[in-house]
Amino acid sequence: MNERLGPLIPEIALAASAVIGLLAGAWLPRHRQWIVRLMAACACLTGLAATGLAMTQAATVDFGTSYAIDVATHTVRVVVLAATLLVLCLSIVTVQGHKRETEFYVLLQLAALGTIILSGASDLLLLFAAYLLASVPGYALAGFLKDSLATEAALKYYLMGALLGVLMLTGVTLLYGVGGTTSYPLLHTALAAAPHGAVAVGVLAVVAGLLFKIGGVPAHFWVPDVTDGTSTPIAAFVTTVPKIGGLAALLRLLTVAIPASAIDWPLLVAILAAASMTLGNLAAFFQTSVNRLLAYSTISQVGYLLMAVAVASRSDLATQSLLFYLAAYAVTNLGAFAVVAQLPHARTLADYRGLARQHPGLAAVLIVCLLGLVGTPPTGVFLGKLEVFTAAIDGGYGWLAVLAVLNTVASLFYYLRWLAPALLRAPAESRLRLLRPAGRWPAVGAYTAGVAALGLGIVGGAVLPVVTGPLIH
Amino acid sequence: MLSAIVFLPAVAALALLTVPARAGRGAFVWPWIAVSAVDLALVVAAWVGYDPHDGFGWTENVPWIPNAGVGYHIGVDGLSLPLVGLTAGLFLAVAIYSLRETRRIKSYVCLFLFLQTVCLGLFVALDLILFFLFFDLSIVGMFFVIAGWGHGAAARAAATKFFLYTFVGSLALLLGFIGLYLAATPHTFDMVVLIRTNPLTGQGLYGGLVLLAVALGLAVKTPTVPFHTWLPPAHTDAPATGSAILAGVLLKMGTYGFVRIAMPMLPESWRRYALVFVVVGVVSVLYGALVALAQTNVKRMIAYTSVNHMGYILLAVGAAGILAGTDTQARSLAVTGAVTQMVSHGLLTGALFLLTGVLYDRGHTYDMAAYSGLAARTPMFAGLTALAAFGSLGLPGLSGFIAEFQIFTGSLPSATIATALAVLGILVTAALFLSALQRIFLGPLRLPDAPGTPGVFSDLKASEAASIGPLLALAVAIGVAPRFLLDVIEPAARTLTQLVAG
Repeated sequence: MNERLGPLIPEIALAASAVIGLLAGAWLPRHRQWIVRLMAACACLTGLAATGLAMTQAATVDFGTSYAIDVATHTVRVVVLAATLLVLCLSIVTVQGHKRETEFYVLLQLAALGTIILSGASDLLLLFAAYLLASVPGYALAGFLKDSLATEAALKYYLMGALLGVLMLTGVTLLYGVGGTTSYPLLHTALAAAPHGAVAVGVLAVVAGLLFKIGGVPAHFWVPDVTDGTSTPIAAFVTTVPKIGGLAALLRLLTVAIPASAIDWPLLVAILAAASMTLGNLAAFFQTSVNRLLAYSTISQVGYLLMAVAVASRSDLATQSLLFYLAAYAVTNLGAFAVVAQLPHARTLADYRGLARQHPGLAAVLIVCLLGLVGTPPTGVFLGKLEVFTAAIDGGYGWLAVLAVLNTVASLFYYLRWLAPALLRAPAESRLRLLRPAGRWPAVGAYTAGVAALGLGIVGGAVLPVVTGPLIH
Repeated sequence: MLSAIVFLPAVAALALLTVPARAGRGAFVWPWIAVSAVDLALVVAAWVGYDPHDGFGWTENVPWIPNAGVGYHIGVDGLSLPLVGLTAGLFLAVAIYSLRETRRIKSYVCLFLFLQTVCLGLFVALDLILFFLFFDLSIVGMFFVIAGWGHGAAARAAATKFFLYTFVGSLALLLGFIGLYLAATPHTFDMVVLIRTNPLTGQGLYGGLVLLAVALGLAVKTPTVPFHTWLPPAHTDAPATGSAILAGVLLKMGTYGFVRIAMPMLPESWRRYALVFVVVGVVSVLYGALVALAQTNVKRMIAYTSVNHMGYILLAVGAAGILAGTDTQARSLAVTGAVTQMVSHGLLTGALFLLTGVLYDRGHTYDMAAYSGLAARTPMFAGLTALAAFGSLGLPGLSGFIAEFQIFTGSLPSATIATALAVLGILVTAALFLSALQRIFLGPLRLPDAPGTPGVFSDLKASEAASIGPLLALAVAIGVAPRFLLDVIEPAARTLTQLVAG
């Protein structure tokens, strides 16, 4: 058997650090809980280093055929670990000295671990286990603040997750029933001969669960409430990180396990993509809370990301475009959230009035990240969008690309509604206190993310080959 | 060399960012003037060192994102070099004019330096994505100029309208570029390769759709009727310097796109749909002129004459795609005229907008009815405005005549009726400029007496004269001795004509 632990160092590091952190945290005095944070950061760095080394090696599968380690897994590992580091950076001000500080770091690491396993899972049962591992810490994180808004957010998140989780388990059962196996490569051949109706229902149910993870329409209802109800670093995490693994999992499931003859999944995903980008945008139009605006913006971004999944079997560009877009989207979105985290008193768009005069550096990060989310060159998301649009047209979904372009234009409207007061108006004396910065660490996070959002576009030539390659079958 | 020309202003902007804002106006504007002068000198050197029969000169080609078919490929030819020169010159003029600017001077100078890099970069880009990058950044930069230094709250609305319109256009452009990219084997965004291989030849409808997307994006930027509605408010509410750059340089990005991208890369579709461009051109000419005639706001009037002038360019490039009843020489003449018109319009309209800036500075209104008899008080202002207006209406001896004469002569054989109609546009512009001059400068002296106006209407200050004068001197030079310009444009126009003819 191929039960090697060497290729799994990033996952093991996260799991070990989470478990040891939980135990250690129980004994550490409150002012020394930073040790757990340091351990978490070390685990992330270890994982990043191990992935960096492993990337040069050929793709493999581990533990039978259940865990694939290929370009998608590697990319998701790097992006998730880097994103977790950023969130750790943002959260210091919020959770430092909190009586449940250790729990926060542990939950963060477990959710990150679940997300990474989602991307590598090549077996329906492992996929579902990863789904739970990525979700359950998320519920707890959403309710971390324990006030009424956070409780409501956590409950909504949990109920939605439980419902779609059960649905997903049903789908797994159904596919196992008609296919006789849970391993992706074996399912591919088995499902081709299975009754199409049952396969279609099973695929739909599994996709529904993943759709919840990525926050796509119609499983998106938790996104705005969670984003608005919890503290900003947690909102940044749950709207950005699970998506990364969820989309990679969707890509792997549909291309590796589901034969094209059983169900027209490209069309299904294309419709979901169209619905996500359009509804997300329309809902974002007249939001006045920055958190809710970002929440709807992430829903519309899922739409663009799903475009790449829709053409995964029809265009060679699909995988690389999805993985690159994921990386660029993660840093850009976290950059926007980092600015919000740095200005905890500014809750509405109007509160940002005069940001450019008050904090020119933060305003620059906000410009880069918001225009980046629109897809203005030379940011990373621009290159991602360019690749995704190209893949969509190449894969025969020209209408989807046109719709995405129209949505991009529409999205400009609400990003500008945020940018305009921040950049153009002078700050009102009476409201200056709203722009009080939170501290040093969120600023570090914001600048790092801003530089990365821009840098990914400029050095895209070096990054793109790294995320290029076929998924292992 | 070209990279230095393009990125010198941006580097200067980064350096100026480190200077504290309280250092005073001079600490920012004088370095800007110096950088622009050096940049212009470099462009002149590049011009002198360029052989017009060489095709693309001063090229640099470095892989940037090879996996996506994107390269850092830049170079100039006879179509782009005049526009590079225009951009460098106009930015220098704007820099000198800005010696009198007082509001938030640090951000202002850095923003304009950034815009300068973007504009120069667009005209030297030989890669579609590089072109798109600069195209989009020009929109972002101009948005901040209008919104940040325009006239009041209306400016923000105008800036947003400008942003949304031109951004929609740019995304249509992007779809077209992706269409071109996918058609080429191997996939590439490199303009030179795409021009050489012509991947969309014989593709029928696909080629037509790509042309539609590209033309839509460029038509918004140019702008042509019916996509021009963002232009008047943007101009009216922008600061004078912003208007000068917007009209002088940014509009040229649209028309330049037609001769650089649409025509040579989609020759077959261009020939098939050439008549559409001719018709849109003539409608823009007549509509722009007639609406301009009805304006009482002098800046709006000039904005509409821009629609009119861009219409001539569309007419010329459209006519260059109609092969029947014409020969290479006539079509090449039309293209030469179109490029000359881009330069001429940049100089004259740039000067006109700076002059209206002077008017607003003294009288705080653009309403023509508020002024009368200024000529007696301000001879230099009146003289320069008259010169620019006569140039704009196409008086022989000025650059506008050289351009429009070539356009009409070149377009007449293939698009006879359209050209005949377009000539009427000249009549209307002549009427509107003459009546505007008469209203503002002749008759009994009358000045706006709104609160806050200085009361006395002083003539041009030295910095204003030094910025506007050279632009008009250049327009006269092109009008009297155009060979230095035409020698560069003509070979490139001939090449383009042959490419379009297939």
